[in-house]
Amino acid sequence: MYELEDVSKRFGSTWALHPLSLTLPSGRTTVLLGPSGCGKSTLLRLLNGLSRPDTGRVLFEGQPLPAEGDPLLALRRRVGYALQGGGLFPHLTGTHNVTLMAQHLRWPAARTRERLDVLLELTRFPAEALERYPAQLSGGQRQRVALMRALMLDPDVLLLDEPLGALDPLVRHELQADLRGIFARLRKTVVLVTHDLAEAAFLGDDLVLMREGRVVQQGALRELEARPADPFVTRFIQAQRPLPLSGDEVAS
Amino acid sequence: MRAALCGVLGLLLLGACTEASVTEGGGPPVRVGSKKFTESVLLGEMVTQLARGAGANAVHRRELGGTTVLWEALRRGELDIYPEYTGTLRQELFSRRHLADDAALAKALAEEGLRMSRPLGFNNTYALGMKEAEAEKSGIRRISDLRQHPELKLGFSNEFMDRADGWPALRARYQLPQRDVRGLDHDLAYRGMDSGAIDVTDLYSTDAEIAAYTLRVLEDDLHHFPAYDAVLVYRADWAEREPRVADAVLRLEGHLSEQDMVALNARARLERVPESRVSADFLASRLGVAAKVRDEGAVSRVWRRTREHLSLVGVSLAAAIALAVPLGVLASRRPRLGQGVLGFTSIVQTVPSLALLVFMIPLLGIGSRPAIAALFLYSLLPIVRNTTAGLSGIPGELRESAEALGLPPRARLWRIELPLAAPSILAGIQTAAVINVGTATLGALVGAGGYGQPILTGIRLDDVGLILEGAVPAAVLALLVSGLFELVERGVVPRGLRLRGDP
Repeated sequence: MYELEDVSKRFGSTWALHPLSLTLPSGRTTVLLGPSGCGKSTLLRLLNGLSRPDTGRVLFEGQPLPAEGDPLLALRRRVGYALQGGGLFPHLTGTHNVTLMAQHLRWPAARTRERLDVLLELTRFPAEALERYPAQLSGGQRQRVALMRALMLDPDVLLLDEPLGALDPLVRHELQADLRGIFARLRKTVVLVTHDLAEAAFLGDDLVLMREGRVVQQGALRELEARPADPFVTRFIQAQRPLPLSGDEVAS
Repeated sequence: MRAALCGVLGLLLLGACTEASVTEGGGPPVRVGSKKFTESVLLGEMVTQLARGAGANAVHRRELGGTTVLWEALRRGELDIYPEYTGTLRQELFSRRHLADDAALAKALAEEGLRMSRPLGFNNTYALGMKEAEAEKSGIRRISDLRQHPELKLGFSNEFMDRADGWPALRARYQLPQRDVRGLDHDLAYRGMDSGAIDVTDLYSTDAEIAAYTLRVLEDDLHHFPAYDAVLVYRADWAEREPRVADAVLRLEGHLSEQDMVALNARARLERVPESRVSADFLASRLGVAAKVRDEGAVSRVWRRTREHLSLVGVSLAAAIALAVPLGVLASRRPRLGQGVLGFTSIVQTVPSLALLVFMIPLLGIGSRPAIAALFLYSLLPIVRNTTAGLSGIPGELRESAEALGLPPRARLWRIELPLAAPSILAGIQTAAVINVGTATLGALVGAGGYGQPILTGIRLDDVGLILEGAVPAAVLALLVSGLFELVERGVVPRGLRLRGDP
């Protein structure tokens, strides 16, 4: 779906991304993984043109990503985007947040309604809560609305930037399971950013481990574990702390 | 929600529409002006009544804010006639020409398409005065008599102490020996004379206080002070168009002595008889002209001023919103340009209101137009600044979310950014409106009417009641406008922005 050729990005004198090349396969979930400040969000934002690379180019379905104007708008309508906290517009109700683009594109009401019903079912969101404003929704609900908004136009690609970052563990756990189900049902190209290895392994087909603006290794978790390209890979994997439970309790 | 805002603006504009010029009957129009001191208002009133007596539809633009305002308005043809002093014409308006005498002055006026009447009779110039009884006792009639009385205590207004033709020149001219000379406030000088703290002070030769404190005006026997003969200056084209009305008005020539003017000033200023009444009585007794004096009831007076005031505020604010919000949007889009815009509007804000009003007169004349233009300029800064601040204050993630959805820039502005900035923009408009209501009172200085008119008259006559008649409604209106915007906020600011946290 995406090919990145020698793309790099600098902010002032710091390299957010060193020149790197990367292929993101179609119909699969790729997780950009790494510690804070490794450039994974920057990389994600190159994929819908929120940010432009300083060097190199981003190919979408073999074509260079349009730089501006209507072609860029058209691309963005094929690429859903949701970020940490949801990025919901506080002045619009849940429904209006989700259907904003459909409204702008003058979809017939019936079509909008139909699509909304599909999304409600998909995200297991209570229909009556849709009339609430973001300030009246819980963190998990906000994230589900953001997901519906990203999926409203039935895009080919879904970009998620730390979608579960700000949630408490129980909600997070539940949403992870839901997300996996949704990815499996939709079979869309998904690019997800997280710093949590367990989440990455749970949701992703492919992991891209990054560090200080470079891709350290790309592959499945098993591959990273078995054939680490760098001692950092092993360290990152081992940084997951096992739960300090006694053997008996685990067994029971 | 845009409809709600439009509704409010509509209400404000309603004032503008109902303000349609108040014409009274037919007859050729005559526009009379006067300065903001009692003598000028009295003369303007006499001219107005004489013109009405000759069948003209005369309008008196009273208490305009100073010589420049009237002069420019006359030259531009916004006024036909107003009372002036030869000294002011020669020393101030034509100061660069160094005109030798009144004949040269008449010639200079003709070059501007203007004429002046023969003197009305009195000379309102600087003079020295002392208590009649003291003067009689010491045998002082002329300024040169002061030379024989070096023990006299002199108290002069600060302006007179400093002016080149004031005390320094007077002392040199008359070789005055007095040592005890002090500068003090003009109003204190009269009280000082009463208490005996000073014996001699400067005054204007037609001051009402001359009668009230029984002062003797000392003769300027060496002709030190320039002549400030009262005359009427008027447009030549008007006099040619309306010779009958002009003749009627010019009957005032030579009919007003200094004693007359002192008495008239005293009746208006000290006894607080309305100028129109004082003028009508004088015209009836001296020229045998019966003039109708219309007394406007307090309610209709306040209502008329409310309409005038609302129209000033409404029109200027509506125009300011129409320009300032787009400017604010532009400024937030292009930071460089934005700094320029903010810089310009800030500079406008620093121009004193009176200066800005006077500045507008050559461009827009007198009346409501210059006032509206000035208020419009003053309203720009708060609205531009708050629009820019409101837009820049939108969190980056919301901005990006809108972008990432694929909304084109215009739709992002209308659907996302402006609604999110609405509370800030509205607060800016509210600030502008409240300031506007206050500043609009200065509009009276350029003939725009409104609540400033009674304030101006009240200050002139030292009448607290009149000042309150303007100040209280202005304060109430400011509160109402502020409250109105609270209501508008409820209509315009999206509900989702007024929620705080979970319910």
